[in-house]
Amino acid sequence: MSIILEHGNTFILLACLFGFFMAWGIGANDVANAMGTSVGSKAITIKQAIIIAIIFEFAGAWLAGGEVTSTIRKGIVDAEVFVGNPELLVFGMLASLLAAGIWLLTASYFGWPVSTTHSIVGAIVGFAAVGISMDSVHWDGVGKIAMSWITSPLLSGTLGFLLFKSLQKLIFDSQDPFAAAKRYVPMYIFFVGFIIALVTFTKGLKHLGLDITGFEALVYSCLSGLGLALLGFWLERNIKREQASGKLQIANVEKVFALLMIFTACAMAFAHGSNDVANAIGPLAAIISVVQAGGDVASKVATPSWVLLIGAGGIVAGLVMYGHKVIATVGSHITELTPSRGFAATLATATTVVLASGIGMPISTTHTLVGGVLGVGLARGLAALNLRVVGSIFASWLVTLPAGAILSIIIFFILKASFG
Amino acid sequence: MPSSNPFSRLFGRSPFGPLQEHIAKSHAASEQLRAFMTAVLADDWEEAARVRELINQLEHEADDLKREIRLGLPNSLFMPVSRSDLLELVSLQDKIANRAKDIAGLMLGRKMQIPEPLAKPMIGFINSGIAAVEQARQTINEIDELLESGFGRQVTDLLTQMIEKLDSLEHEADQLEVEIRGQLFELEKELPPVDVMFLYRIIDWVGELSDRAQRVGGRLQILMAR
Repeated sequence: MSIILEHGNTFILLACLFGFFMAWGIGANDVANAMGTSVGSKAITIKQAIIIAIIFEFAGAWLAGGEVTSTIRKGIVDAEVFVGNPELLVFGMLASLLAAGIWLLTASYFGWPVSTTHSIVGAIVGFAAVGISMDSVHWDGVGKIAMSWITSPLLSGTLGFLLFKSLQKLIFDSQDPFAAAKRYVPMYIFFVGFIIALVTFTKGLKHLGLDITGFEALVYSCLSGLGLALLGFWLERNIKREQASGKLQIANVEKVFALLMIFTACAMAFAHGSNDVANAIGPLAAIISVVQAGGDVASKVATPSWVLLIGAGGIVAGLVMYGHKVIATVGSHITELTPSRGFAATLATATTVVLASGIGMPISTTHTLVGGVLGVGLARGLAALNLRVVGSIFASWLVTLPAGAILSIIIFFILKASFG
Repeated sequence: MPSSNPFSRLFGRSPFGPLQEHIAKSHAASEQLRAFMTAVLADDWEEAARVRELINQLEHEADDLKREIRLGLPNSLFMPVSRSDLLELVSLQDKIANRAKDIAGLMLGRKMQIPEPLAKPMIGFINSGIAAVEQARQTINEIDELLESGFGRQVTDLLTQMIEKLDSLEHEADQLEVEIRGQLFELEKELPPVDVMFLYRIIDWVGELSDRAQRVGGRLQILMAR
């Protein structure tokens, strides 16, 4: 108890520092995968991608990041265990942040496809299971999270497949694909707006002090979707048919999809912000609530919204300082993805991630995106996909979990020895 | 960061671009047969040797492309078409260039003379083979649109029509082959028997040009259907 009172400010400062660093890393590295698809398909320029990412990562983190943050904060370890010695929770969360940060730096240096989500969850489980006791881990909660890591790529894969099939049927198979694209693209935009608004209204606005019933949320979401669809309809007028090669004039069709891609890019940034920011600020929120309550672990303090702001700010800082380079690299490599493919994969991913954010499941955006891309590939949408890379990406979390765990255990005992 | 981003490595190199380059080489090689035959009929063996060199070179380039495509198709590559069908398609395309080389090689090696009454039908026959190869090339070039539309029904319908036209071109070439064989049969008693044997072989090989072009179309049809 006395440790908390004595070093309270130091802990908060350290936590903010580590949390910001972690968020910075997400912004510098992770966002690139989320935005790379849009840049690679040439639907938006890098500059536009940065602006979209800044606005919507921030909005996603702030408006819809609460649920996942609370899962990371109290869904993995059992707070009851720490009632006698809350400083252990503080050490553990600090260790987790640092461990995940170090692991991510190492991995991105070597170009390993690891996920921030897996690192932080592995780190938290590691310190709790070894540093405290096996019983201190909510194993059923961890099990659910692990399940969501399997189901999220599957869900986005299915959605990607269905979305691409639908636009094949509705647009590419029609007599005049360009006219069909203009007709149906606002419908897809409606879906983008609807799903994002739905999660925000039902899950996100609570901590901002707005209480909305389910029915109201549904109505507002429909209205948001309609508003966006109308905007899309209005923007479409400027897309003119130009002479293009081929009977189907697919270059013209892709121009309409490029407009749609702007909307899905926003949705993607929003979804990514809503889910991944929690990896940085979930532990931070846990530390702050313990310290502010003077060591009272069980107190039901809600995540203060300024904590979400630190995370969102960190992501934006990382993006501005370093992320734009990574986006440019990723974008220049993903040229196979035309706007129609990029749209299907991105929307499938954004939908899956934002739904996961709504139910508080911390999932990996990159894995989900890989699932979405594979779904489009299965619908015969892509010329060539490297399955070996898919294997290595999915296998990486098997390595990341123990790696994050071991690092956080070591750091936990160092912190415990130096402060205790 | 030394290695590139893992997510961007997910996207493999498409084999369809090199595939189209490959059929362009095969087509170019067979198209040279027209110039070659003109030189042979004019008894200009210097020119014929030059054209054969060109055909050889084109065939070599096609071989290189074939190897490049094969090496670029590891088992782990996930494509909208079956890998074995694609490899089969490449080797069929390659055989067109090989046959063009064989024809030029044999005719130059033996300094073969075409009997005067056969000269005109022979040019027509060669042209029919080249036309079939040309149609095969155009069909393969539609793969771009096939991919862009995600194997949409409109493009598959279009390709089916093009393949039907390829079939009818092959049929025309077949008929010309029957005619030219008949004409040679009329003349064969007056010609040296060994020359006649080799003339029959050349006729056979020219017929194979359109035959192989048709098989490229057939394999493409299998490739589309899944």
